[in-house]
Amino acid sequence: MIKHKVFLGVTLLEITILLILFVYGHFTVTARAGSEVPAKRELVKYLKLTDLSLWTEARYTRHPSQADIFAPFQDFPCSLEHFPAGSIIAPENIVLPATRKPERPH
Amino acid sequence: MDSLIWTEQVTKRYNPRKPDEILAVDDVSLHIEKGEVVVLKGPSGSGKTTLLSLIGCMGRPTSGRIVIEGKDVAKLPERFLTLIRRRTFGIIFQQFNLIRNVSVLENVLLPLYPVEISFAEMRLRGGKILEDLGIQNRMHMKVNKLSGGEQQRVAIARALINGPEIIIADEPTAHLDRKLSTDLLRILEDLNTAGKTIVIATHDPFVYDHHFVKRTVEMRDGRLLNIQQT
Amino acid sequence: MRHLKILEYALSSLLRRKYRNISLITVYALTISILASVLFLTHSLKLEAAHILIDAPDLVVQKLSAGRHDLIPSEYAKTIREIPGVGAAEPRYWGYYYDALSHSNYTLIGIDRNLPRLSLIEGRMPSGEGECAIGEGVAIARIVAVGDMMPLISSRDDVVLYKVTGTFRSESNILTNDLIVMGRKDLLQFFNLSADRATDITVTVHNPNEVTTIADKIKKTYPASRPITKNEIIRTYDAVFNWRSGMMLTIFASALIAFCILAWDKATGIGAEEKHEIGILKAIGWDTADILELKFWEGIVISLTSFLIGLIVAFVHVFFLNASILSPVIKGWSVLFPAFRLTPYIDIYQIFVLAFLTVTPYVASTIIPSWKTAITDPENVMRS
Repeated sequence: MIKHKVFLGVTLLEITILLILFVYGHFTVTARAGSEVPAKRELVKYLKLTDLSLWTEARYTRHPSQADIFAPFQDFPCSLEHFPAGSIIAPENIVLPATRKPERPH
Repeated sequence: MDSLIWTEQVTKRYNPRKPDEILAVDDVSLHIEKGEVVVLKGPSGSGKTTLLSLIGCMGRPTSGRIVIEGKDVAKLPERFLTLIRRRTFGIIFQQFNLIRNVSVLENVLLPLYPVEISFAEMRLRGGKILEDLGIQNRMHMKVNKLSGGEQQRVAIARALINGPEIIIADEPTAHLDRKLSTDLLRILEDLNTAGKTIVIATHDPFVYDHHFVKRTVEMRDGRLLNIQQT
Repeated sequence: MRHLKILEYALSSLLRRKYRNISLITVYALTISILASVLFLTHSLKLEAAHILIDAPDLVVQKLSAGRHDLIPSEYAKTIREIPGVGAAEPRYWGYYYDALSHSNYTLIGIDRNLPRLSLIEGRMPSGEGECAIGEGVAIARIVAVGDMMPLISSRDDVVLYKVTGTFRSESNILTNDLIVMGRKDLLQFFNLSADRATDITVTVHNPNEVTTIADKIKKTYPASRPITKNEIIRTYDAVFNWRSGMMLTIFASALIAFCILAWDKATGIGAEEKHEIGILKAIGWDTADILELKFWEGIVISLTSFLIGLIVAFVHVFFLNASILSPVIKGWSVLFPAFRLTPYIDIYQIFVLAFLTVTPYVASTIIPSWKTAITDPENVMRS
């Protein structure tokens, strides 16, 4: 009648592996925070970068922070978003009614 | 009353106040003394299985009292009923009701899982009882691979593992040949000699005519007809 | 002791249907690993962006023309510099180049002065005309290295050769994968732009709390301008990598629906054999609490094992295998896509939420269908 011992042992092993991975993760974060992150920040600062180099398929996917909100649809009237990466990038909060702040009276 | 088991005007209705209402047990009063062997006899549908299940605390009567070892069980909360069932009764079912694809030992030890005893103690008790019944060499086999007689012994072993005072058996010889029936009755007789009280529901004359049966109670349509001392 | 024994029986019960339960754990763990991979990936990218884009310009001022981004007169920088609170305002020169050879888009940046030695570059930044530094993606696409000459087709349809003086290291791919950095004059010549126009203007502000005020002032001074603050830049990536948006949500939702189907299948009722077994257990002395504990353990064994395996697989997949299964989904049509080298930022809160969302419903869907049978008197067992 050792099944419960095997199960508890395996579960403990899984939790241990997970903890080891998390601890490894923590040390990696700390290590990179000391070396890589400052180096990347240096690049951002001196090259004046504003976006990550992820989706190069279109201008507004390459520089989503620089694109205006209708850039995906600008090709012609009624143009639809047609780049796959556009479906990953959420619209700015400004277009969502719940998050739109009331305009200040002039 | 000093009887071990005592029922007073016990009635059991299924689906009360509905078109398919069944009056399974009707106003039954019965006393069973310690160390007795009592057979509830009657045709199919006479209410003997229902009465047996009520005595064995597996159901509640619609009305009436059932007193086991001085405790009125009819109105006890479920957890107390379970405790009584576990400690006081050993149940041998008609179809054995063993768990398929589970080993003999595991089936026998089933009543001990919710009890606060160690694994080692469990294995010890299980091994001993299987040895007493002569099937310890089948300990690790799956029950569905056993013969009818061996399964019967496993069912008996399971019923006895908690050391119960009262054995209840529902149609124990229904699926057995004459030889196995004889073996079964011999085991029950030995248990009775050791002090166990035995209550059997059956319509098999081979059982109720056996010499170790002290009293036969006849039932029909849920009512007691007569009680015979043997 | 009693609990361990009921656990023992639960394990025996599960092992009786070994192959079915192993399949269940496999599917369940896979579902959880997809969910967890999405969470790990998006969280890591979000924090990566937040940590490195903190040094992005305080403000970027664009010019809009008919609602579209237009080149901005460089002289705007002079006016902006005079706004109180502005530390510096400099024109930025950059653009896009479609490379027909590799069918990929590059981002070209023109730099104006000698930059300090950057640690994430092999070689050096361009210091004279005809020189460039390139990202690893460009180097691989064009099969060039430091010292090689790289031809590009200018806006005048001329082939222009640039000497590669440096390549950005792979650790910086997330920023530089598609970059070609050259001198400002080279860039203006390449795109045939006039010297008095820039792509946009970057503004440094003394007091970060005044960024919005200065943006408002710039907007008032140049109504056709569009100032973008650093906060908006960072928030963009909060939204991009929010698991509640876009394709991430689709993957997440699909996995969640698959999981719900799994749980629903369990919850829609227990079989006759299982009911009979519960009846037998009750008849031989198990009470309702014991039966429910048995079902609880059965649920926990499957769900906890799947959850832990799913989480381990997700962690290894995202942080050791660089999300190799998810990245083709995220890549879209990008020809150049950086190989992920993600930093293992973990949000413990997300893990607990995931555990709650996956383990609890499964355990509930194991216990609840058995409830009715567990509370029923076992006398029916006598009749079977």
